[in-house]
Parts: sequence; structure tokens; C-alpha cells
Amino acid sequence: MAVLPYKGLRTGMLLTLKTLFKKPVTINYPLEKETPVPRARGVIALDTEACTVCMLCARECPDWCIYIEGHKQEEPPAKEGGRVRTRATLDRFDIDYALCMYCGICVEVCPFDALFWSPDYEYSEFGISDMLHDKDRLTYWLSTVPDPPALEKQ
Amino acid sequence: MPPRTRKATTSDRDRSSGGHAPVGCCRIDRDRDAAEVRTYPQIIALVNRIDWVSGFANEIPFVGAIEKLLDIEVPERAQYIRLILTELARISSHLVFASSYPLELGASTPLMHAMREREHVLELLESVTGGRFHPNFNRVGGVKPAAGGGSTMKKLTQDLPAGFLAAADAAMHNVLDICDDIDRLVTGNELFLARTVGVGEIPGAKAIEYGVTGPNLRASGVKFDLRKVESLLPYDQFDFEIPVGNNGDCFDRYVVRIQEIRQAAGIVRQAIAKIPSGPLRAKVPRILKVPPGEAYVRAENPKGEMGYYLISEGGRIPYRLKIRSASFSNLSILPWVLEGALIPDLVAILGSLDFVLGDVDR
Amino acid sequence: MNFWLLLLVKVGLVLGVMMPGALVIIFGELKISAHMQSRIGPYFAGGRFGWAQPLADGLKFLQKEDLVPADADRTVYKLAPYVVLMGTLATFVIIPFSPDLVPRDLDLGVFYVLAVSSLSTLGVLMAGWSSANKYSLMGGLRAAAQLIAYELPLVLAVIGVAIQAGSLSLNDIVTAQASWQWFNVAPEWLNVISPFMILQVVGLTIFLIASLAELSRIPFDMPIAESELTMGYLTEYSGMRFTMFFLGEYAGLVSMAAIAATLFLGGYWVPGLDGDVLNFVGPVVLLSKVMIIAFLFIWLRWTFPRLREDQLQTLAWKWLIPAGLANILVTAFFRVVF
Ligand code: SF4
Ligand code: SF4
Repeated sequence: MAVLPYKGLRTGMLLTLKTLFKKPVTINYPLEKETPVPRARGVIALDTEACTVCMLCARECPDWCIYIEGHKQEEPPAKEGGRVRTRATLDRFDIDYALCMYCGICVEVCPFDALFWSPDYEYSEFGISDMLHDKDRLTYWLSTVPDPPALEKQ
Repeated sequence: MPPRTRKATTSDRDRSSGGHAPVGCCRIDRDRDAAEVRTYPQIIALVNRIDWVSGFANEIPFVGAIEKLLDIEVPERAQYIRLILTELARISSHLVFASSYPLELGASTPLMHAMREREHVLELLESVTGGRFHPNFNRVGGVKPAAGGGSTMKKLTQDLPAGFLAAADAAMHNVLDICDDIDRLVTGNELFLARTVGVGEIPGAKAIEYGVTGPNLRASGVKFDLRKVESLLPYDQFDFEIPVGNNGDCFDRYVVRIQEIRQAAGIVRQAIAKIPSGPLRAKVPRILKVPPGEAYVRAENPKGEMGYYLISEGGRIPYRLKIRSASFSNLSILPWVLEGALIPDLVAILGSLDFVLGDVDR
Repeated sequence: MNFWLLLLVKVGLVLGVMMPGALVIIFGELKISAHMQSRIGPYFAGGRFGWAQPLADGLKFLQKEDLVPADADRTVYKLAPYVVLMGTLATFVIIPFSPDLVPRDLDLGVFYVLAVSSLSTLGVLMAGWSSANKYSLMGGLRAAAQLIAYELPLVLAVIGVAIQAGSLSLNDIVTAQASWQWFNVAPEWLNVISPFMILQVVGLTIFLIASLAELSRIPFDMPIAESELTMGYLTEYSGMRFTMFFLGEYAGLVSMAAIAATLFLGGYWVPGLDGDVLNFVGPVVLLSKVMIIAFLFIWLRWTFPRLREDQLQTLAWKWLIPAGLANILVTAFFRVVF
């Protein structure tokens, strides 16, 4: 400290004083909310109609946190005298969000467009076991899936 | 339990007699347990977590290694997108440093100011990749092709969302502004100078000896940047400088990073100005099998040199993956540099090395 | 009036004015620091603007378990917070709120303040030593070293004022400022600014820096430097006792600011008022001056990093003390010459 230190101290103090009178950037969370971007990976929504119980998602998941059970079901032919069709029906489709690491691989590998990302993020729970979302809960999230954003022109 | 590396030091009258950092408290064994039973796409999601403040940058050398073994040419546009996002990750990582380092020294306001701007950068990353910290956006041969793999979604290739380029330009403007603000608040501050100048000096030769890389090495005056030397991404098409320090003390390590933010913002601006059009991904078989062979690919991460040594015996799963992470090697100099340091300088030196524990104990 | 009744009124005054003052400053610190960092700060407690946040924090601490480490020296450990709080509260006794409203007008007022305020150092040392924790001990010792080093510039800065006013009684110092004559050379309006703020500007600066160090606030907060010593001497404290320390810290801030306001800014005095009016306005004036100084402290805290222990000692012994001595010389010289 050869000279009286003041320049760096002064500029810093001016900056904090200026910020004091600016509008804060944070918001008062539970009362106001931000909208996440459409691609945000908040929660996975399941379209049970589209799912064919192919198990690809469960197999490719890096920490194997998707639990699927299903069975083949015979359905009456669509037309009189037609072939009897078998259809795979989903009995159980659980995602354990306590394990999920939101990598998006399951959504990406699903060949039948049965899984979607929804930006919804408000599903914290008090117990870790409540983080297991079952089929109904996953289907509910479908209502929160936004349209994909427009793309930048190439 | 929060992951942390224990810092063991013995002290003698307020002087530390060196220290050793017992690593491993956060060990996740990404190279062995995690990587050697998982398929390549799954590992990409895992390597995000190594240096978690710049997740995107971790993916680049790994996919680079696979592409080298497969001998795939990545399309130009994908290269550019990778480059832009890597630089955004670098900016966000260095902003975390610029905010947390003054915090180690007791100033908490720079933290919030830098985080405020970093938020814009993360939002950009999120708007493209869907993830703020762990994008998992690189695929072998390009970037993530589709939101879903199904027939309808496939048509919607996951290109940059509309407005991204304009938003990125504006964000870079803010980033340059916040650099000036941080200069006003921290860099010129006499108290900060008193704490950092001449503290924890690492001479260039010592740094090389201990395998220190990245900004820590450049602060010691060694002009070595993998982006200029051997880069996976087309850095040679851009005009940028490599900031170097003189003394290798804490202050230089700090200033070099602030300068790197400025340079990175410049690179992003140049890249969005001349981003080419074209496909986002080269043709790659759906079931990815990597031919036998081995490759070591490295890239300049925000923290330093990050490299992956990949051995494949063919098949969907690597035979062996060795990760060379920057923070681990950077920390190896600790016993040398902490020898004889004052106890209050301990935090100053540790903080200035800018390590991430996931990167140390990967 | 009855002696006991008067005593009760005075105690009520000290606690009733200063404790809410401390709460207001705690709240101010929360809000101001938040806005300096582009945050909104507390928002829920007490409806609008979160004004009840300090109270809510206090209540929360009351519910927490009062932990005593197994190896601690229980008696000393439990006594320490009271010593700290008592030391700071005792300084309020002599602060004049208005010409007639002085809890106790001591002839050696300044001397008393300086003596009593260093009592809390003892509490800090007790806390650090009795916690049986190396961080606490280091924090306690740092605090002691720091407080000893900065007691000296504090005293030296005050001596300048005492020479200028010709008295050690705080009330007399205020009166001296109110009746100050600028040797008939300066224009009348200069009296609007408190004279000692200009005449003793060196003293004021030294006093403010030293009181920052006494209060162990950034940039001098090594005793509780959280990145080095977890929480210093507070590490082991929890619940009620932690609240006492916390409150003691802010009460200390109020008392330091009040002393600075009295010595340098003219205390309860405003130009143009006297007598009965001043008796009523006085406390308000004093409190607003306290708030101005408290704002300055908060502002500094949220802008600067902290110094290192040895740099702090260097600052005290090599810069502040010589400057203080020079200030005394110059003041005395002018006092004798004019
Ligand atoms: S997001 Fe990743 S971790 Fe989560 S369920 Fe899907 S594949 Fe598994
Ligand atoms: S990959 Fe798609 S279709 Fe197959 S089981 Fe999973 S959700 Fe159903």
C-alpha cells in the first residue's frame, strides 16, 4: 500500500450503489413464476395410446429407472370375419424421478413417439418414494407438453 | 452428503507445511464402473457430470474419440453449433469462477452480479439443448437430431430455435458488460489486490512439471492452448487471442480467466455471424458399434486439458475408457504451492486453481 | 422523581430505542444487500416487503436446540454471549438523545465508552476458548488481536475530538459542536454541516475504519471468516445463544454508529433548533444519523472482500495509529494557536 487506495474502492462502491437502485432480477417465486423454455427438460410425459411396450426406453436408460410391465391382449377383429389382432397393453409404466438424471435418452430412442419432454418442474415431494410417477401421473403431464419451438432459418 | 475433497493440512504457527489432498471422497468411478458397462450414447450423458459447471465441453472430446475410431466427418453446421455451445459453457464456467473466487475472499456481491449474467448464458444453452448444466446434446457424427425418435418428431430436426442467434448476440453484449463491472468491483479493488498479488506463485516450468493445464498454466506465462494447437472444432477460422499472465500468482490466474471470457464472447459473436447451413448429423448406423482400436482425443476445457483414452474391441460398449480431467492434474501442484503459505492464503490459492470436485474425483 | 422510576425509564429507553434500532438495521442489511446484488431479498414474513424477517429469524432461532459441545467448558461457554451483549448494551448508557434526555451524563463519558466497549472482546475470547474447537479458538484469538490493535486508533481518533471540544463528556461535545464559531471567517451556512465532521475529517475516517474492525465486519471480518474458519468463534453456537451474539453484533453496530454520530456529526443537534424542540426532535435526529452511518457500514460490507490478518495489523499499526497521532498534534497545535 504505497499510495492511498481509493480508485478501485470507489468504482466498486459506485457500482453497488447503482445496482441498489436498479430493478432486481429475481422474482418472488411461488407468487410469480418464470416460464421455462419449451425445450426445457422438466418432466417426462407418456402417451399410453402410442406406447407399444417395446421396452427400448427402459433398456437404453443409463440408470435403468423406467419400470415397464405389459401383456399381449387379443382384440376382436375390426371387421366381421377379420383376423383376431393382438395388441400390447401397458400394465405398469413407472419412472423413478429420484433416480432419473434427465438425460433425455428415453425420449430420444422411443420409436413410436410415446414419450415427450414437458418443462413443468413443480413436482417435488416430501418422501423419496413419492418420486416414483406411475402411468396416470405420467399421462397427466401430457397436457403440459408445449409445441416445439420454431426453428432458426438455415 | 455433499461431495467434497478433504483438505488436510498441518500447520505450524499460521504457516502451512504443505498439504495433501486425499481425493476420492466423491468418487463415482466414471472411467471403470460407469463407462465400461454402458453403451456409447449412455456414456455421453454421464460425461456431462464430470466437470459439472461446463457440462457441454466435456462431451466434445468424448464424441471426438468415437468419431476418430469410426472415421466420421462431422458436418460443418454441427461443428459450429458445437463450437458456439462450448464457448458458452466456457463463459459460464469462468463466470462461476469470477463469482466464487471473490466469495472465498469474503466479497459476496460479485457472486450475484456474475450469476445474473450467467443465467442468460445458461438460458441460451437450455433453449438449444434442453439442459442447463447437463445438455447431453452431442451425438456421434453431429448434434442431437430430434426431440423424439418417432416418425413424426423425426421431421422436426432439433436445430437452433428461432431467435437464438439474436439472443446469443445480445447475451454476449451483456457478458462483456459484466466483465467491465467485475473489473470495477473486483479487479481494481485494492483489498483484492492485496490478497492476491504475489500469493501462490507458480513458475511456468513448475506448472509444466506438474501437468497443470488450462488458464492456470497460461497464467504462469506459458502460451499453450489446445484450441490453437490441435482442435477438434474449427477454431482456426476465428480470430482470437490467448491471454497469458506474467507471474503465475492468484491475481494472474484470475485476470486470465476474465480475459478468456472476453475472448470467448468474441468467438461466439464471430461464429454466429458466419454459421453455415447444412445437415446437423452425419450418417451413422442406429445401433452404434465402434470398430476395434484405440484413440486419445483431447480438447481445451474451461478448466484445462480434458482427454479421453478410449479402447474399443468392437461392440456397443467400450472396453476401457480412461479420463484425463483437468482439475485432477491441476490439483497435483497443491503440496508444492501450499508449502509455507499463510493459512488465510490457503483459500485464496485453492480458489484460484478453480477446480471442480467432480472433475477431481471422477 | 423517584430514583427507581427514573432508572426504569432510562433502561426502557435504552432497550426500547436501541433494540428496535438493531432490528431495523438487520432488516436494512437484508434488503439493501439484496438490492445491491439485484435480488429482492426477504418478501414473505409480515406481509408486504418482508418487514418481519428479523423477528421471524429470531423466533426460528429460539426454537432450535441449544447445543453445548461435549468438551466445552460449560459455564464459560454459556456465559460468553451475555458478556458480549452486556458489553455493547452498556455503551448506550451515556449516549445523549437530547439536551435533557441523557440516561447518564458522565464527565468521563468518552473514556467510559471506550473502556466498556472492549468488554465484549472478553466475551468473544471466552466463546472461542470454551468451545473446544480449533476454528473457534483461532477465531477468538484473531478477534482479540484485532480488537486490541484497533482499540488504539479508535482512542486516538476520539482524543482529537476531545481536544477540540475541551471535554470528555458526550453532552458537552455535542454542545461544543452546536455553538461552534468558525473564527468569524467562514460564512454562516457552513454551520449547517456539523463542524467536527470537517475539522476532524481525519479522525472521522480513522474512527469509522477502526469501528468497522471493532465490529469485525467486512473488510475486517477475519474472526468469523467463513471460508477460512467456518464461523470463527460462533462455530459451535446455536439457537438462543447464537441469537444473542447476532443481536450483540448489531447492537454493537448501533452503539458504534451512535458514538460516531455524537462525536463527529453533532449527535442530536440540528442547526436552527434549540431548547424544547430539540428535546423532542433530538432522538429522531440521532437515530437518523445512526442510520446514515449504518448504511455506510452495510454498503462497505457488501462491496469489499476481506483483508488478511497480517495486512489488517499492518493497516492498524503502520497507518492508522501514526495518522491518529498526527491528527492529535495538528488539532492541539491549532487549539493552542487560535
Ligand atoms: S431421462 Fe434419462 S435417466 Fe431419466 S428416465 Fe429417461 S433415459 Fe432414464
Ligand atoms: S420406447 Fe416408447 S413405445 Fe417403447 S416402451 Fe418406451 S415409451 Fe413405450
